[in-house]
Amino acid sequence: MTILLMLVQIIVLFVLVMLHVAYATYFERKIIGHMQVRLGPMQVGWHGLLQPIADGIKSFFKEDIIPEQADRPTFMAAPIICLVAMMTSLAVLPFAKGWVLADINIGLLFIFAMSSLASYGVVLAGWASNSKFSFLGGLRSMAQVISYEIAMGLSLVGVMLMSGSLNLTQIVEAQGNSILGMYLLPQCIGFFVFFISMLAETNRVPFDLPEAETELVSGYCTEYSGMRYAIFFMAEYIGMMVMAAIGTVCFLGGWNGPFAVPFFPPLWFLLKIYLFMFIFIWIRATLPRYRYDQLMDLGWKLLIPLALVNIVVTACLKAMIG
Amino acid sequence: MFTQIFFGYCALMIISSGILAISLRNPVHCVLMVLVLFFHMAGLYLTLNAEFLAAVQIIVYAGAILVLYLFVLFLVSLREELNLDAFVPSAWLGRIIAVGLAGGLLFVIPSFILGEKGVWSMSAIKELTHTKALGQEMYSTYLLPFEIAGLILLIALIGGLVLARREANIPLEPEAPEESQTCGHPNRKEVSL
Repeated sequence: MTILLMLVQIIVLFVLVMLHVAYATYFERKIIGHMQVRLGPMQVGWHGLLQPIADGIKSFFKEDIIPEQADRPTFMAAPIICLVAMMTSLAVLPFAKGWVLADINIGLLFIFAMSSLASYGVVLAGWASNSKFSFLGGLRSMAQVISYEIAMGLSLVGVMLMSGSLNLTQIVEAQGNSILGMYLLPQCIGFFVFFISMLAETNRVPFDLPEAETELVSGYCTEYSGMRYAIFFMAEYIGMMVMAAIGTVCFLGGWNGPFAVPFFPPLWFLLKIYLFMFIFIWIRATLPRYRYDQLMDLGWKLLIPLALVNIVVTACLKAMIG
Repeated sequence: MFTQIFFGYCALMIISSGILAISLRNPVHCVLMVLVLFFHMAGLYLTLNAEFLAAVQIIVYAGAILVLYLFVLFLVSLREELNLDAFVPSAWLGRIIAVGLAGGLLFVIPSFILGEKGVWSMSAIKELTHTKALGQEMYSTYLLPFEIAGLILLIALIGGLVLARREANIPLEPEAPEESQTCGHPNRKEVSL
């Protein structure tokens, strides 16, 4: 019975997240459209509301092309590795008190583990398609993800120190119910580092070098088409959502809000996630792309030292006060 | 019951992916098999309630070290397979030695005795969570070995830096003639990076 209930919960979460992905693309096209004084999708449905569904159906029925010289098993497995890794991390996200599929003690580490697995999908996609553009995109993404994963992990150590736990639910509860309890203020350096590495981890502008259109066609997914390309797309948007959720849980107080919402406790959590998503898109519409050496310099020479300083300061303060 | 089935599955997968990792021809596929192996090892740690170790296994081994292996494989030219002379001249002699070794290992298994139980009982670890228990032990009882391990790692890190660093006043060596690389892919047309 408990297994059945669990399955139902998993399916509900899966469907909701898929819908979220579909409408996140709509959200992105609309926002960027309006920021560039265009209208964005308008044709399918009222104000283009059915556009994501049309896109989904289209990509589902498109021809699936596998290049002749590609490494077939790896080529087919790569998008699935990406999607599975991203979907698995959804299991530990606490949407509200008790609204979590797996309340495990190492929630934060689990998400790191899964995000490092997702980079395999990208790298293998680049290698297996046997194309220079894809291969360079894969290499860039690998170097970028490794570098920024360190900065991101270190930036969250401050949060772990303050809350004394790796369990995401307990991290939220440690921040209390008020706006002053949020780790955004005491961990402002950590948040700064986290936010930048979050953009780099999800390969978003201004760090979207792995798929820089002007240089690499479409980077690691150049050779992909149809459903497999759509799977990469889904993985990217779920990745954005997971990163936004970590940011919300660790710095913005999770599901806590100015007042409790009856019937639908995750409301504040979702609003905060969409705030992050909006900023993602806002940045995409505003900033130009970094150069590759600038990206590496920023990661290794600025973010990692800053995060280390933040850890030392937080630990000292905690030892003195706590 | 469930734990035993899970253990059996993990053990089977570890052994088979280990064998595949040394027998597959394509080095990238070998690395992927090692990745599968690491995941199942992390699964075994979970059955032992060592969840921190399981997470670190994946983050460090799968997420960092194996990715570096992939990097090296991609960047090193692997145009032709290396063929080394076998250490043992005859294949059958080698098989006999291997069977003998396996028999010897099986023979000594019965003399394996469980060690003494530590101070940490299963319930104590569950209550405090594995991460905290590990941290407390590491920073109190085993502080000195921990610091020594840290120092060794630091030395290795500095050594790597010194080796990789080029002196500023030594002119760069003239660029080697363009070398073609196959990036570990059997079908890959030669790519020059």
